Amino acid sequence: MLNPNLKLNPKLWNDDVEQIPIRKGFGEGLVNAGEADKNVVALCADLTESTQMHLFKERFPDRFVEIGVAEQNLVTVASGMSAMGKMPFVSSYAMFSPGRNWEQIRTTIAYNDRAVVIVGSHAGISVGPDGGTHQAIEDIAIMRVMPNMIVLSPCDAVQARIATKALANIKKPAYLRLAREKTPVMTTEATPFEIGKAQVMYTPDGLAHVGVIATGALLHRALLAARDLEKKGIRVKVLNIHTIKPLDTDAIFALAKETRALVTVEEHQKIGGLGSAVAEFLAQKLPTPIEMIGVDDHFGQSGKPDELIEHYGMGREAIKAAITRAVNRKNG
Amino acid sequence: MLTEAKAYELSQKANSIRESIIEMLLTAGSGHTAGPLGMADIFALLYFHILKHDPKNPDWPARDRLVLSNGHICPVYYATLAHAGYFPVSELLTLRKFGTRLQGHPHREYLPIVETSSGPLGAGLSQAVGMALADRIDFGRSVNRFIYCLMSDGELDEGNSWEAILLAGKEKLHNLIAVIDRNNIQIDGFTEDIMPLDDLAAKWRAFNWHVIEVDGHDFMGLSQAFSQAQAVFEKPTVIIAHTIPGKGVKEFERDYKWHGTPPNKEQAHTALEELRTLGGKIKSEHK
Repeated sequence: MLNPNLKLNPKLWNDDVEQIPIRKGFGEGLVNAGEADKNVVALCADLTESTQMHLFKERFPDRFVEIGVAEQNLVTVASGMSAMGKMPFVSSYAMFSPGRNWEQIRTTIAYNDRAVVIVGSHAGISVGPDGGTHQAIEDIAIMRVMPNMIVLSPCDAVQARIATKALANIKKPAYLRLAREKTPVMTTEATPFEIGKAQVMYTPDGLAHVGVIATGALLHRALLAARDLEKKGIRVKVLNIHTIKPLDTDAIFALAKETRALVTVEEHQKIGGLGSAVAEFLAQKLPTPIEMIGVDDHFGQSGKPDELIEHYGMGREAIKAAITRAVNRKNG
Repeated sequence: MLTEAKAYELSQKANSIRESIIEMLLTAGSGHTAGPLGMADIFALLYFHILKHDPKNPDWPARDRLVLSNGHICPVYYATLAHAGYFPVSELLTLRKFGTRLQGHPHREYLPIVETSSGPLGAGLSQAVGMALADRIDFGRSVNRFIYCLMSDGELDEGNSWEAILLAGKEKLHNLIAVIDRNNIQIDGFTEDIMPLDDLAAKWRAFNWHVIEVDGHDFMGLSQAFSQAQAVFEKPTVIIAHTIPGKGVKEFERDYKWHGTPPNKEQAHTALEELRTLGGKIKSEHK
């Protein structure tokens, strides 16, 4: 069952569950953050509406800077503004920022410990028809390896809105990963959110056989998979990792201890992403069989988002198969 | 305005800074020689005449900001900060040693009085643009605090530099003053052989900057250039300071091989002798 303490959206199981792009939640959250703090400023690299930053631009035109198609400048200008006490949010597609400007982020934001939030929209292969050049599936890897950097990957638009406000408050270097497509709304305004604190979304009756650790919009498919399998007698607990760094190692340790079999789920390369982060931790603290759902060292291609999710083995059935494999490895 | 007496005093400061640079590089055993020596006059002018700053209160909010974009010339930055009173001159000899605040390239975490960490080229001007933009948001177009960015000519090979130049021109950031150390050398050779930059002034003008060219060792000329830069209102200003790499030590001057090489003991001894006697004009007090 859904964790009642999280006050999740009861309609999340329904076919007609409300679907909103995660990036839209960011756009609204940024306006909220701007209302609460006059030092919040926004910078964009010619993708203002796409990244939903236009909402902030319309509300606070004097606190918005159009940088043009220049992602290296985008983050370095933001670093300078942060040095003067501003709280900049910079947005582009994840493929370009942090994809193109990684060293500038490392030196001028992370190494400098400057409060700048790098917002990578259109992350994952669900960008769809634009094709592989625009599908950032390496961004978690390159951002989580950076000292001082916080990495957030909210699961839906409501969580993205709340996460944006939280990032404006803590004033640290951070990466906020967003998806383009409409995605099911699983959380509500009442769902507690704390950076670095994983959320147990779904718990079976009795001890779980398998733990699923998911991030981003695929969390919804993971929940559906867990409910399907529970009907077949496989008890699955599902964890939402909205903060990939700092990783909630307490929650992961507890889940591994309870289940001794895990599946990680992310719209990202298996190399270097959430699955890797979980494996790095558990290999040292509590070796546990892990099956990983993600892209298997390929680039993406054009297609409909759902087609691509299925093709690259990240759909509901693929998650169920991975859960079954994890159970078998534990028992085998 | 700069008086003759003040200009002489600044030249003496610059000479002391150059001596420190040689001593630091000799002790460190690695680091850059040509750029720091070439920029000693400009650093002396900035920290002892132009900048609003307070070594006793480095966090003074109203201070001018100086961004050093080409972090590899940090020996001149550190030496100037020490001579200005930010930390003891004796600490300069810890350059590049384990545990030092004076990292091989500036790092804010170790030395918070630097406005930014730098080393990778082409990113300093963008940060200075961000600082100038922040001031414009807070104080409007009548803001009268200046953001200075010191950069090299070699780093103009970086695309990031031109992104910043474009944006500053677009935003008409009169509160931003860039200074290019136009010494015509980079690691692999002379800039015009590696990647030609001329007509450099025309390039910046085309990007809507006010451009001043000046002899980077002439205190009077430099002082006038900064006055003019502060007076221009509709545009950011770049001062293209023509400097002699390795300035002050004949053996090092104009030779790109000294870009990234420190002097050995003998070379350092000769260099110090030359600096302390002003090229043989006076007797060294160290003998």
